[in-house]
Amino acid sequence: MMNKLGITASQTVGPFLKIALEGEGQEHVVSEKTEGALKIHGYVYDGEGQPVPDAVIEIWQANVHGKYNHPEDTSEADLVPDFSGFGRSCTDEDGYFFLVTLKPGRVAGRGNSLQAPHAAVNVFARGMLKQQVTRLYFSDEVDANSEDPVLNSIEEEAARKTIIAQLDDVEGIPTYKFDIHLQGKFETVFFDV
Amino acid sequence: MTDLAGYSRKSKDDHPPALYEEYKSTSLRHPKRELIRIDHTLTEITGPLFEDTELQSGEDDLSIENNEDAQGQRIFVSGRVLDENAKPVPNTLIEIWQCNAAGRYRHPGDQHPAPLDPNFVGRGRVVSNSKGEYKFTTIKPGAYPWGNHYNAWRPAHIHYSLFGPSFVTRVVTQMYFPDDPLFPFDPIYNSIPDESARERLVSRFDLDTTEPDFALSFKFDFVLRGREATPFED
Repeated sequence: MMNKLGITASQTVGPFLKIALEGEGQEHVVSEKTEGALKIHGYVYDGEGQPVPDAVIEIWQANVHGKYNHPEDTSEADLVPDFSGFGRSCTDEDGYFFLVTLKPGRVAGRGNSLQAPHAAVNVFARGMLKQQVTRLYFSDEVDANSEDPVLNSIEEEAARKTIIAQLDDVEGIPTYKFDIHLQGKFETVFFDV
Repeated sequence: MTDLAGYSRKSKDDHPPALYEEYKSTSLRHPKRELIRIDHTLTEITGPLFEDTELQSGEDDLSIENNEDAQGQRIFVSGRVLDENAKPVPNTLIEIWQCNAAGRYRHPGDQHPAPLDPNFVGRGRVVSNSKGEYKFTTIKPGAYPWGNHYNAWRPAHIHYSLFGPSFVTRVVTQMYFPDDPLFPFDPIYNSIPDESARERLVSRFDLDTTEPDFALSFKFDFVLRGREATPFED
């Protein structure tokens, strides 16, 4: 086996991440006027339930047809012009973040499985030496969620619920609540990828 | 069916742990539950590519603002983005932020009473070229105090955010400068368990790429996770 190069280790984003990571329009994967647009919003909390005002939440998702805008996705589903699938939101002083996007289609899982609509989520913050990875699923996808291999790998139902965004408002555009608890009683399920 | 080859996992041991007691803010910001392993699917193997990102002129030069030179020692930082298999990572976005030469960030949360520099913002972006190479110009950042413990000072560093070719190659890190006397006292640097992994975050002075009468030069290579050699059958 060839000797591999050692990787570049992670370090915290620190408290001043907004200098570079905050930018106009990054929360909008699509405009709110796009047909099917939905909002994902929530708060980031620490182990004492205090808001985390210096976090960055990033999502990566497939388009409405279940196709990633990436050459490794060789499925026959259609690409959607101008849909990148990437969004980013820096939390404000209350720990609040939001993203506007479309619900992704279902993409293949391992083997012959099919995954429920979901986004991959990276969470960075001061006090985190490396990011934590989670996923976001949708509460109104009950059937698809019930057969998702990753959701089903979480044994406790209460834990599974921490990564299912709850449809809580349909005023204007559908809005899903997705709080992230870095630690504590309601600790979000995080993944080793 | 045959699944796509995933990304290697062993290299992740070089990252710091989520809880490192000497860095106090980790105590309430690390998960206590065990992480659940996801075998890589299309979700993890793909990721945002930013191939259409159009950089504005000057985004790769932090040393000039309002057509005026920033205070401090001008430096170039250059190197390559590679993966573990030594394969170049082309066209990848690198976001950069740092404090000024006096050790002050242009951020309302930074209360360190060192002066702000009207000609220094401390934000930049570059994209690696087809060979994985990148270069930018900036000012050597200063060390600054922070509240982690009595008389705590961060060694001079530049923050970087990189994406690479997939969701799982994403990394945010900090680059340090050679021979910094603050290394032994910095819990963020020392949170990395392996000594050689720590040393890989230290840039190298390079006389050959300095520019006489203009700027010093430091070299720094990024190494992102690489693919496993072969796909395996499920």
